[in-house]
Amino acid sequence: MGPLIPNGIITGDWNFVIAILIGIAFGFLLEASGFSSSRNIVGVFYGYNFVVLRVFFTAVIVAMVGLLYFDYFGWIDLSKIFILPTYLAPMIAGSVIMGFGFILGGFCPGTSFTAIAIGKLDGLVFTIGLYLGIFLFSEGFPLYENFYNSGYMGNVTLTDVTGIAAPWFAFAFTFIALAAFWVTMIIEKRVRKNIKEYKF
Amino acid sequence: MMENTINNNKPHYINPYLGGVLLGLLVLLTVYITGRGLGASGAIKSTVVTTTETIAPSHAENNSYYNRFLSDDHSPMNNWLVFESLGIFFGGLLSGIIFGRVKKIRIERNPKISGKTRLIVALLGGVLFGIGSQFGRGCTSGAALSGSATFSFGGVIVMLVIFGTGYVIAWMFKKLWI
Repeated sequence: MGPLIPNGIITGDWNFVIAILIGIAFGFLLEASGFSSSRNIVGVFYGYNFVVLRVFFTAVIVAMVGLLYFDYFGWIDLSKIFILPTYLAPMIAGSVIMGFGFILGGFCPGTSFTAIAIGKLDGLVFTIGLYLGIFLFSEGFPLYENFYNSGYMGNVTLTDVTGIAAPWFAFAFTFIALAAFWVTMIIEKRVRKNIKEYKF
Repeated sequence: MMENTINNNKPHYINPYLGGVLLGLLVLLTVYITGRGLGASGAIKSTVVTTTETIAPSHAENNSYYNRFLSDDHSPMNNWLVFESLGIFFGGLLSGIIFGRVKKIRIERNPKISGKTRLIVALLGGVLFGIGSQFGRGCTSGAALSGSATFSFGGVIVMLVIFGTGYVIAWMFKKLWI
């Protein structure tokens, strides 16, 4: 039963081989979907290209629903999977900063690696920026260590916080995603009519 | 399809919904095998920790952030996300080769801005994304995608706030993109 490595079904020796293989698949899908282009990515904020929303939302609902089925069939022990911990205030602040970084840079970290791979200097410069940003954060850490550790709620899921069962969230996300796919399809058509400089 | 036959210069990307389904299955497979999701910013963090430890070991040990990731028995580079991120690069390269997008070094930009401007904002964007990802406990891959997919409350918050912020501030940076 999964997860395979935490349950000792696959030994730790294979860990890094698996990491590289999973990374290759991840990078391939990001590049093949068009995420090696900052102008494709940022289109989601200006309405001319919603590829980010389509890929991202589809991936989230497929993984969510998939996990629920894996749990239902007894293939995975959900108590053994890692739940990202919640530090409410610092995570909100960090995400606002990331939002600015996203719109200025046109990439997020994973997509910038694929942009470098196909020869984009802006992707390389963004990645150098990531390095500098994390370096600056680390050097200044004592100044905001308390804030960084504040708002800790534990490794909580949506269910832990709201008391609503996970399948309802999967259902709600799926519903919202389908509605968003439909609405953005209409918006995209209208916006593209008015943009001439950008080739689609 | 019509457009494809008319304009052969159009980049060939896979269908976004197909890409999304495959990416979702990859997240599922990753959680099934390793018990955790994908990531990207963690690899850069490991690189920062490693270079600082190499150049100024005592400085790194005395900083309570670097110190979290230092271990006596292995280098911070000996990390799952570092290997996975190497894979991201090679996977991107593979796709780029297959679809004919690997070309000489170039800057992608809005024709209305200069290459220099594009590089400056790309650098600034990277710096901000780097700082934000540390407060956010992950970036779009680790926190927003994998976190949300595993029903993490924080993961969903990160996803909503990153994209929400993008929409709220998009008008300020419109000239950079359209």
